[in-house]
Amino acid sequence: MDLFRVLTDASPLLLKGLRMTVGITVMSLVLAMILGVFTCLFAISERKALRPLRWLAAFYVWFIRGTPMLVQAMYIFFALPQLLRLITGANVQISVFTASLVTLTMNAGAYLSEIFRGAINAVNKGQMEASRSLGLSYGQSMTKVILPQAVRICLPSLVNQCIITLKDSTILYAIGLSEIMYYGKIYVGRTFESLATYTWIAIFFLAVVSLLSFISKRIERRLSL
Amino acid sequence: MSVNENMNDNGIMNAAEETAAEMHLSGITGGVKKVDRSDPKIIVKGLKKSFGSLDVLKGIDAEIDAGEVVCVIGPSGSGKSTFLRCLNLLETPTGGDIYVDGDCITDKNADINKIRRHIGMVFQQFNLFPHMDVLTNISMAPITLKVLNKAQAEERARDLLRQVGLSDKETYKPADLSGGQQQRVAIARALAMHPDIMLFDEPTSALDPEMVGEVLGVMKQLAAEGMTMVVVTHEMGFAKDVADRVFFIDEGIILEQGTPDEVFNHPKHARTKTFLNKVLT
Repeated sequence: MDLFRVLTDASPLLLKGLRMTVGITVMSLVLAMILGVFTCLFAISERKALRPLRWLAAFYVWFIRGTPMLVQAMYIFFALPQLLRLITGANVQISVFTASLVTLTMNAGAYLSEIFRGAINAVNKGQMEASRSLGLSYGQSMTKVILPQAVRICLPSLVNQCIITLKDSTILYAIGLSEIMYYGKIYVGRTFESLATYTWIAIFFLAVVSLLSFISKRIERRLSL
Repeated sequence: MSVNENMNDNGIMNAAEETAAEMHLSGITGGVKKVDRSDPKIIVKGLKKSFGSLDVLKGIDAEIDAGEVVCVIGPSGSGKSTFLRCLNLLETPTGGDIYVDGDCITDKNADINKIRRHIGMVFQQFNLFPHMDVLTNISMAPITLKVLNKAQAEERARDLLRQVGLSDKETYKPADLSGGQQQRVAIARALAMHPDIMLFDEPTSALDPEMVGEVLGVMKQLAAEGMTMVVVTHEMGFAKDVADRVFFIDEGIILEQGTPDEVFNHPKHARTKTFLNKVLT
């Protein structure tokens, strides 16, 4: 076995896969943050008018947390088109990429909303009271006082979720997403270099995750109170 | 000086800015004058508050005049803080009405955010915003609510800091200040909105003993300048010296009220006597 020969030989394929892995992770995380913020705001809202949205948020988090991501991916890619055909009669196709993006986004969004909710709740109750007592509205208090503090609190968990999403994207190999495992498997199938190939895939992940951790530590230090 | 600068900035000053500018040139209260009113500043009628099945306030009636300093004393759990927090609706009353300057603030159509601008509050735990420096803590509300522009708000904040004796701390974060300093910043923050009523919820209870004096000093200064103040406190000395009237709250009602002399030296109720015996020895 020659680790470095495999690297030169397999790297065009593996890097192509890594690009997809990182690309879909970044895209889904951006969407998931938006989804997570709204889910969280619905979940903590106390207004009567928003109650149905609160239930929806609770149901969404409950469903995603309660089912494995592999099942969700299979469901969206295989089961959903079938369901849509039963309802509408039309032949609906969902591409592997779309199904993968939706799965990752829904998944990360649910966990992020819980992270945001925890962080907002962790901001001292007196902060909201002090802000409201000055005449600021709920929304103004949220944006000026609560959220800036919540962001600092949730940063470590946020980075953690980014790492989890990056690694979990390999699960999408199962529905045929052309990410790093997909190409790794192709290369192994061709050359039987399991040890070297999977070693390099592991090293690629370690490198990306280390970079993420490094950046987050720096941001954390900059934002510290 | 600052007034001229503002005028140059804006060309023309609008009425609100003019008043604000005029105010920050005067004393710590922002020049709130003692107005002769026939009506009391705050009227509380039959105020009730329950938390679930726990009745905390069982019908409070009170009238507080403009410029009056009222100290609220009583055993813990008696409802003093709840009473105070109802006055700016941090707690929603379960029953009864509160009028401020003749306006019913418990009316469900009342604009609570507008009302709160005129009622400053100081908390036991200071509740300064830890992610902002001292100057921003004070200037944030007037800027956000567009009462003052940034330059005016910072000018006003510096004035207030001078008056609470913390001019050299404007770039500090709250965490770098002592408890007494934090509480003085909190008082300045509440004053930045030019309130004409100040509520104090046990402002010295979380302080080390040697820092109580500096905070009470600022409060005395405020009282002397004619601020309407409602102070929930365990500082009986402060109540005796500064209060115009003392409310003794016990089990959700104002059991006894009067001048400090009446309440402290000639209490009528046995429960008042028992309480005073406990805290004054």
